[in-house]
Amino acid sequence: MTNSFDEIEDADCIFIIGSNTSVGHPLIATRVYRAKAKGAKLIVVDPREIQMARFADIYARQTLGTDVALLNGMMNVIYRNGWHDKKFVEERTENFDAFVEMIEKFPPERASEISGISVDDIVKMAEYYAKAKAASIIYCMGITQHTTGVDNVKTLANLSMLCGHIGRPSTGVNPLRGQNNVQGACDMGGLPNVYPGYQAVNVPDIQAKFEKAWNATLSPKVGLTIMEMMDGLLDGRVKGLVIMGENPMVSDPDIHHVKHALEAAEFLMVIDIFPTPTTELAHLVLPAASFAEKDGTFSNSERRVQRVRKAIEPVGEARYDWQIIQDISNRLGYPMNFQSAEEIFNEMASVTPAYAGISYPRLEGDGLAWPCPTPDHPGTPYLHKDKFSRGLGLFSAIDYRAPAEVPDDEYPFWLTTGRAYVHYHTGTMTRRSAHLEKEMPEAIVELHPDDAEELQIAEGERIEVSSRRGTITIRAMVTDRIGKGVVFIPFHFAETAANVLTNAALDPIAKIPEYKVCAVKLAKAA
Amino acid sequence: MDYQSVLTTCTYCGCGCGLYLEVLDGRITHTLPSKTSPVNEGKLCVKGWYIHEFIQHPNRLTTPLMRQDGALKETSWESALDYAASELKRIKEANGPDAIAFLTSAKCTNEDNYLLQKLARAAIGTNNVDHCARL
Repeated sequence: MTNSFDEIEDADCIFIIGSNTSVGHPLIATRVYRAKAKGAKLIVVDPREIQMARFADIYARQTLGTDVALLNGMMNVIYRNGWHDKKFVEERTENFDAFVEMIEKFPPERASEISGISVDDIVKMAEYYAKAKAASIIYCMGITQHTTGVDNVKTLANLSMLCGHIGRPSTGVNPLRGQNNVQGACDMGGLPNVYPGYQAVNVPDIQAKFEKAWNATLSPKVGLTIMEMMDGLLDGRVKGLVIMGENPMVSDPDIHHVKHALEAAEFLMVIDIFPTPTTELAHLVLPAASFAEKDGTFSNSERRVQRVRKAIEPVGEARYDWQIIQDISNRLGYPMNFQSAEEIFNEMASVTPAYAGISYPRLEGDGLAWPCPTPDHPGTPYLHKDKFSRGLGLFSAIDYRAPAEVPDDEYPFWLTTGRAYVHYHTGTMTRRSAHLEKEMPEAIVELHPDDAEELQIAEGERIEVSSRRGTITIRAMVTDRIGKGVVFIPFHFAETAANVLTNAALDPIAKIPEYKVCAVKLAKAA
Repeated sequence: MDYQSVLTTCTYCGCGCGLYLEVLDGRITHTLPSKTSPVNEGKLCVKGWYIHEFIQHPNRLTTPLMRQDGALKETSWESALDYAASELKRIKEANGPDAIAFLTSAKCTNEDNYLLQKLARAAIGTNNVDHCARL
């Protein structure tokens, strides 16, 4: 997030797109409710009429995968009416002319035709956002999990810059992080192109810095992304895979493909706390301590680094993940000798400028938001004040591209996936929680009453949902929360895994799969 | 009777709520929200309130498991770690460091993540490091 949670409640316009905030991030939703109570305008755009839509001044349902067209249409309206922040555009940004040339191609009528949202709503949304004193954009995987994921994010950045709603309190472009420590995993260099602190592996000076710090020869070659690793296992480039605390057999798109890939590994090692469909395929499974059994830190969506503290001893023979890694490293002849999580943190902070001023004693109390470059730095609640990381903010001219797979005669329905309020990700934790599992013990597919009537599908009936990649049998929930011609399935359930159906088509830059859009057909179960 | 309440950070979503795990004689029995956490200010969602229920669930993995004759069988830590190291070494020698890939974790701590990518980059010599940020 460019801004912090607390700032949301002082925004006078909040634009939520592709985030089921009350389900995915309940405590951020609280801030939205408070802003609304103080009089903020709330805009919600989502293919489902989610709970947050009930509080919205405008709720609009877009056709799947049409966000760029919709947003370009809003920006067309803003620009033509002169509602944009001319001073901000002039002083803080570049490439504006090329951008304007692009949005000129999206008059609201065309944006409406592509997105399915009325011209009236597009104009109203544009006006609310542009005329606000401080408007905040909140998004989540509904924006990113597309073959146009990067385009979608850049388009939101365009919108924020066009109206000067960035670099000030209660504004910004705010992606909500799905996992407790996805921010931290990225910060720590859990990515194929960067060391900790987003320092590029293919820049010689940076490579030299880490070679010195780690006393090792490092590779300047950018590594494989997760989906490329799966392909690599299948074509033989990759022979061994080490997985720590992930469950690609439920979380990844096109699971049949993932299964073939994992089965092709010469050596698959999984470190986890529970058996999962992924551990079942492993050659070696190592039991890890859960968050309640170890010390450490997590970095949340607002970049706040907070302490994790050990409450109980590891269960059975489980060990800390870092201890397992260290023991293997020592056996490989690369010595590691950390005595505690804190020692690891201190080494990490010494090579990661944004964390350089953070230490365990400083995290007592409220934690600290990075960048925090020095021991006396107070942390940074919002980014891009006065200046963007790259200097001037870059407008991108982004055209609309259709999703990789759209409905046709054979697969006539759109499928989109997401979360349910009581479950979490692949369900390995929440589905072992008696109270949560009781609330929702099985997956459902949401479909519109008109579609249900036409196919003669009754509420609660088990139906078959098929895509070009597989079929699942699942109970139907008939609801007008979802649009006509669209179905929704939560992805938490290994036994009726939505990701058997989803399309592994990737965004060309971020390599994120298009979970949010594919084509399916429905049939009564045999 | 030994009772403690330990302040920690929730392991579910990216909010990062502060919560107390209540521990009675080594068992986590309840969860309480932190009233002073700047994130959740004394509140929790339904998942957070019941977070203690999965931690000591009987299904937890408690011993290393190694595949022998097609099935996963319990083994000692020593033999498990030796096996891991020998397989990684074998693949690296036969096919080069880029034949090995690592998935770090959005659920593990910063410290765990830092060390696994360091293992990949410094001990093995590959940048094949990713995690589920995209998923």
